[in-house]
Amino acid sequence: MPRNEAITSVLVIGSGPIVIGQAAEFDYSGTQACRVLREEGVRVILVNSNPATIMTDPGVADATYVEPITPEIVEAIIAKERPDAVLATLGGQTALNTAIALHESGILERYDCPLIGANVESIQLGEDRQAFKGVVERCGAESARSIIAHTMEECLAAAEELGYPMVVRPSFTMGGLGSGFAHDEESLRQIAGAGLQDSPTTEVLLEESILGWKEYELEVMRDRADNVVVVCSIENLDPMGVHTGDSITVAPAMTLTDREYQELRDIGIAVIREVGVDTGGCNIQFAVNPQDGRIIVIEMNPRVSRSSALASKATGFPIAKIAARMALGYTLDEVPNDITSVGGRRPPTAPGHASGASDFYSAAFEPSLDYVVVKVPRFAFEKFPAADPTLTTTMKSVGEAMSIGRNFTEALQKALRSIERKDSSFHWRPGETPTAEMAQALLEEAATPTDGRLVLVQQALRGGATVEQAHEATRIDPWFLDQIVLINQIAEELAAAAAGPAGRATPQLLRRAKRHGFSDAQIAEITGQPEAVVRGVRQALGVRPVYKTVDTCAGEFEATTPYHYSSYDSESEVAPRTNPAVIILGSGPNRIGQGIEFDYSCVHASLALRERGFDTVMVNCNPETVSTDYDTSSRLYFEPLTLEDVLEVVHAEREAGPVAGVIVQLGGQTPLGLAAALKAEGVPIVGTSPEAIDLAEDRGAFGRVLQETGLVAPRHGTAYSADEALEVAREIGYPVLVRPSYVLGGRGMEIVYDDESLTTYVTRATTAAPEHPVLVDRFLDEAIEIDVDALYDGRDLYLGGIMEHIEEAGIHSGDSACVLPPVTLGREEMTRVREATHQLAEAIGVRGLLNVQFALAQDVLYVLEANPRASRTVPFVAKATGVQLARAAALVMLGSTIEELRDEGLLPRHRDGGDLPDQAPVSVKEAILPFRRFRTQTGQAVDSILGPEMRSTGEVMGIAADYGTAFAKSQLRAGSALPQSGTIFVSVSNRDKRSMIFPVKRLADLGFRVVATAGTADVLRRNGIQATVVRKHSQGRGPEGEPTIVEMISGGEIDMVINTPSGQGARADGYAIRAATTSLDRPIITTVQQLGAAVLGIEAAGAGPMEVASLQEHAAALDLFGQLPAGAPQA
Amino acid sequence: MSATTSPAVLVLEDGRVFEGESYGAVGETVGEAVFCTGMTGYQETLTDPSYHRQVVVMTAPHIGNTGVNAHDMESQRIWVAGFVVRDPAIRPSNWRSQGDLQTSLADHGVVGISGVDTRALTLHIRDRGAMRAGIFSGPVALEPIQALLARVHAAPQMTGAALAAEVSTQEEYVVEPVGDHRFTVAALDLGIKGTTPLLMAERGIRVHVLPADTGVDRVRELAPDGVFFSNGPGDPATADSEIDLLRSVLDDRIPFFGICFGNQLLGRALGLDTYKLPFGHRGMNQPVLDRATGKVEVTSHNHGFAIAWPGGDTTQPVDTAYGAVRVSHVALNDDVVEGIECQDIRAFSVQYHPEAAAGPHDASYLFDRFVEMMQQRAGAEGEEGQHA
Repeated sequence: MPRNEAITSVLVIGSGPIVIGQAAEFDYSGTQACRVLREEGVRVILVNSNPATIMTDPGVADATYVEPITPEIVEAIIAKERPDAVLATLGGQTALNTAIALHESGILERYDCPLIGANVESIQLGEDRQAFKGVVERCGAESARSIIAHTMEECLAAAEELGYPMVVRPSFTMGGLGSGFAHDEESLRQIAGAGLQDSPTTEVLLEESILGWKEYELEVMRDRADNVVVVCSIENLDPMGVHTGDSITVAPAMTLTDREYQELRDIGIAVIREVGVDTGGCNIQFAVNPQDGRIIVIEMNPRVSRSSALASKATGFPIAKIAARMALGYTLDEVPNDITSVGGRRPPTAPGHASGASDFYSAAFEPSLDYVVVKVPRFAFEKFPAADPTLTTTMKSVGEAMSIGRNFTEALQKALRSIERKDSSFHWRPGETPTAEMAQALLEEAATPTDGRLVLVQQALRGGATVEQAHEATRIDPWFLDQIVLINQIAEELAAAAAGPAGRATPQLLRRAKRHGFSDAQIAEITGQPEAVVRGVRQALGVRPVYKTVDTCAGEFEATTPYHYSSYDSESEVAPRTNPAVIILGSGPNRIGQGIEFDYSCVHASLALRERGFDTVMVNCNPETVSTDYDTSSRLYFEPLTLEDVLEVVHAEREAGPVAGVIVQLGGQTPLGLAAALKAEGVPIVGTSPEAIDLAEDRGAFGRVLQETGLVAPRHGTAYSADEALEVAREIGYPVLVRPSYVLGGRGMEIVYDDESLTTYVTRATTAAPEHPVLVDRFLDEAIEIDVDALYDGRDLYLGGIMEHIEEAGIHSGDSACVLPPVTLGREEMTRVREATHQLAEAIGVRGLLNVQFALAQDVLYVLEANPRASRTVPFVAKATGVQLARAAALVMLGSTIEELRDEGLLPRHRDGGDLPDQAPVSVKEAILPFRRFRTQTGQAVDSILGPEMRSTGEVMGIAADYGTAFAKSQLRAGSALPQSGTIFVSVSNRDKRSMIFPVKRLADLGFRVVATAGTADVLRRNGIQATVVRKHSQGRGPEGEPTIVEMISGGEIDMVINTPSGQGARADGYAIRAATTSLDRPIITTVQQLGAAVLGIEAAGAGPMEVASLQEHAAALDLFGQLPAGAPQA
Repeated sequence: MSATTSPAVLVLEDGRVFEGESYGAVGETVGEAVFCTGMTGYQETLTDPSYHRQVVVMTAPHIGNTGVNAHDMESQRIWVAGFVVRDPAIRPSNWRSQGDLQTSLADHGVVGISGVDTRALTLHIRDRGAMRAGIFSGPVALEPIQALLARVHAAPQMTGAALAAEVSTQEEYVVEPVGDHRFTVAALDLGIKGTTPLLMAERGIRVHVLPADTGVDRVRELAPDGVFFSNGPGDPATADSEIDLLRSVLDDRIPFFGICFGNQLLGRALGLDTYKLPFGHRGMNQPVLDRATGKVEVTSHNHGFAIAWPGGDTTQPVDTAYGAVRVSHVALNDDVVEGIECQDIRAFSVQYHPEAAAGPHDASYLFDRFVEMMQQRAGAEGEEGQHA
């Protein structure tokens, strides 16, 4: 069936900001989809509020709307663009929900703009648990058995049938309140008894427990001719009970016989047919009882998902790309498999056989893997110390690393080291072998799933626990545990060899260790040698990895797509080349502080350099990203970003042909941290030199740079002990900002106001890292923070953009909302910022990107930080100004000058981002925080207060002609927009009381009802604003049962909370208020500056429907490239 | 797995050598080296008689994870001549496992090799075609490569090999229908897999499984509603007596269904040629297009030979002594004829494995088609009877 020619334009709905559970994978799939649609000649209209994405680059779609993804805004876009169809299956749950809302309100019908890729009925069937149970039953498969009970007798009877343990769920209680596991009659009586009482209908649902069962997923695709293929099977190493996003997963499934696998496949196909997913991909999850093989269907997602991104990278089968073609009407056999179809063709047919069905290998097949893929999640609990780190069915991880090996042990160890955390890998510290007793304790600990549980298991096995015991404790399949035992055995052999007469491992043993994924660092630890020595010996013995190819077909057909992974095997498949290569190091697993923004810069560098005739070689291990798409770069190495792994890739590529250099500047701290070591090994680093990087990173050296340039930093000092810290603080004055040295994302940063908290902090920090000192900076109260991204070629500076933080200094720049161009800075201040940036770039020796953070206080411009690398804000700046900053940066690193780039038209001829014309639109970047995801152990939401430690997972952008509208757009996302009417609660610290008066008065004038705590209410009343006094949380209910503010918030009576924290005291009240607000996802304003912006936003939103405009329209209006120099006479 | 394993070598006919460790039985073996890309179902593969005299290279690196069990045997024994894997399981883990594969291979005397760069070996076979290979472990592994290579060269080639008799049952046996008996089928065992008669039995068929050398008289004596020719090893060009039998069946207008070797024999009985593929199809992810419906099925394959289509245009039917024949199924990857259908008589066959085991169940409808064919014949005869 050829494609549906009636479709000439499609609206693609993106997934919005990166949040836990919906991350970069939707940029990858959405970008693929947009590219495919454009290849097909379709006009692509895109909406996505996330500026950090590749898909929102103006080149990816014809009309790119960086606008809030709400039904109202999307309707406005539909009304304006009149697309023929809407594609919502590639933008996660956000897109799907928006599409359903558009359908239900009749908008899709009104504009005659149907959904393609999945129909509403099938989406709803997949989402509705009860309806889905029916689907499963009609397919002859099973769902978890459940019984509804209204009395304790019924509960006990149900227990007879379901057996213990079982899940007890009271019906119609909020947020699963009162649910629990009943392990025996006693606990059943207790939980169900309480549940029957709690339930307004005196009803509990009893469900058989499948906790500890084996968990599998299938990625299935279906086309409109009803052809179905299973792209990938995935087995979760962590059994049922842990969200698959938080589980270590393995592809293909390792512990299924063909009979069992085919049964899952048959069920999967039956379900996709029954649900009626006409075209596209879906993901089906199964639980399998390890005792008898009983299969239970858990759920299905009728859309592209995190798992499908993983499956695409794991197999080389690009699910999103093919799903997009299928949405246009193609069938699987009409779409080429571009990995095996070399040059779009397949080899001549069988002898004497012409006229086949097609002249390419098609996507109508199931990939066969001759390797093992392991995915390991990356968590960020250290950012939320109060959060319960137990892994449950709610996803908590913020990123993931994937690795490929020729066996499970190799893939697992590579994946664990890709996580880049201390202790994420297995270890064998000499003299620390756990005793039998410790081993049992470790197993007990490992029985509760947490981040790093597998290392606990490895240590327990090392300490002599048996596979059976470990299985009993964790329910991890014995096959996986055996593999860990094997790894431990090899470690023992290595230790024995090192301790033996030869003093070292034999080449055979060394090779064996490498075949099972041991890193040089691990071998060094076991054998007590420096890592460099281990590497030197290994390489001298010729024990080096080869690089195999991901080819979708286990070698059956020739594939020239250079998608490689390392393995210790006999034959390498890296092809020789003649073009000079540039190796780009990616940023590894997403984490807070190092996310998709860095991938954006890496991808752009690759694209720009390929255009200039370089071969680009991407090294990365993050399956969610565009950079690990096999056709982003000339070559892709799916490898951990450790020194060893990178050195081996460099070696392999040097053998293959000339290497121009390695780019470390774009992937964030991970590659930057490797720069010096790579250079020491003789690897050419392009762009800013490692020495220059050190100039910016090392405090002492940076101090000298500042001195040289005559710039000032806030007063500061370095302390190795609590006493030293107190001394520094007394000298420079409170408040001070304290932090450990060498960090990204503000890890461990705090603002402290007095001796006592400083002592507490330093004691904690120095215990954590005795080798690193603590930095103490004077904290600039009430300063305006300014962020700058610039490009420097050694002579000229191109100012990418100047961003003014909306919150005051002290909140991490990644968590702070910011606006470009600055709304309160004058020309003179902008000039000072430009000059200071230029001086810093020159003094540091930047070749490429530079990010500087300034603070302006009492008319003094302080330099807070200078980072000679791509920053988090590069994509935002690029989108706000319509200039491809990252591309330009890559070319500057390889020797282009800014002058040349201006001549070529990659950069504007005369102006730059620090010098925008008056008609420039205003762009606001707002951070998205994950507080709702995390609960304390007692089930409360964690505190949502912002500080110098970064905690946001993603960002959105609002762009409009004026600041108020731009800000309002940045706040507008499903469920949490600024209110237009209702009740606001105000409670501010003393120092903020003055500045809140005007904005609160404005809100009252706009018709909001104001409630406030006594102190705040007094101030408001004296200024003529009527405010109802409400009881504090700590006061408890009043004599007449008057509710506290926390109760009012929880009851949904408050539409917006304005709560600025005071330095000390009353913290508990503030916390309870913020926690309650966060739980309901209502807007919460924690700084006065934010309040001012919110008022503007509410006014703007109230002025009428918001106008939408595409980035292309904004860029045309701005016309930065057509501008004459500033000050030149206008035509 | 550990230091106790002994070295082994795999020597290919063209002189390429792969080193590894002994796996399964210790000793030596020579056969045709072929690779199989299935990710599950190693036990079914090992016990599939079509792999007789072949050294099978598994492209999936982990083999043996789920052990072995009595249920997943496709025949009474392991047939492969040799087995090449990368990472054998340390011990099996599956609720149905009754033993481990390594022991099972040793018990069946199957010489294997592990630790081999199976991907490099697979690419070698793909680029140069299936060829003979020997696996040598134990003392013989220490002999000079030239001596081992000579032994590989001394082994017979697959082209021209008649192997059906070696794998076929010696005694006729019956698989009883599940539920009511609807039809009787005479199934010629040329290397039949156990699942095939079971799938027929599930459809109410009593299956008489017959030795490969069964004559037409015995078949006629059974008065079957249909005749089935199974899969099996060897070169179809050698199977003259089986082809004679098949012609008699077609002459008698008994509905016929063939799988794999049975497909090649139908082709030859109709006067078509067969040829050897460069490296064959072995795996379970092979897309096959059903020309009648335009749908694609993902199928299990294991064949080194195929039917050559006169004139090369597989969209065109050809005339034979039995009337028009058309290509019903074609491999999407390389246009190989994967199924043929007589348009004037009730006979059809496929080159791939609708019985799966191992592999997807997409093509099991072909057994229903066979049943329909027998039903039609019964109906037609009934009508003829009434007219008489």
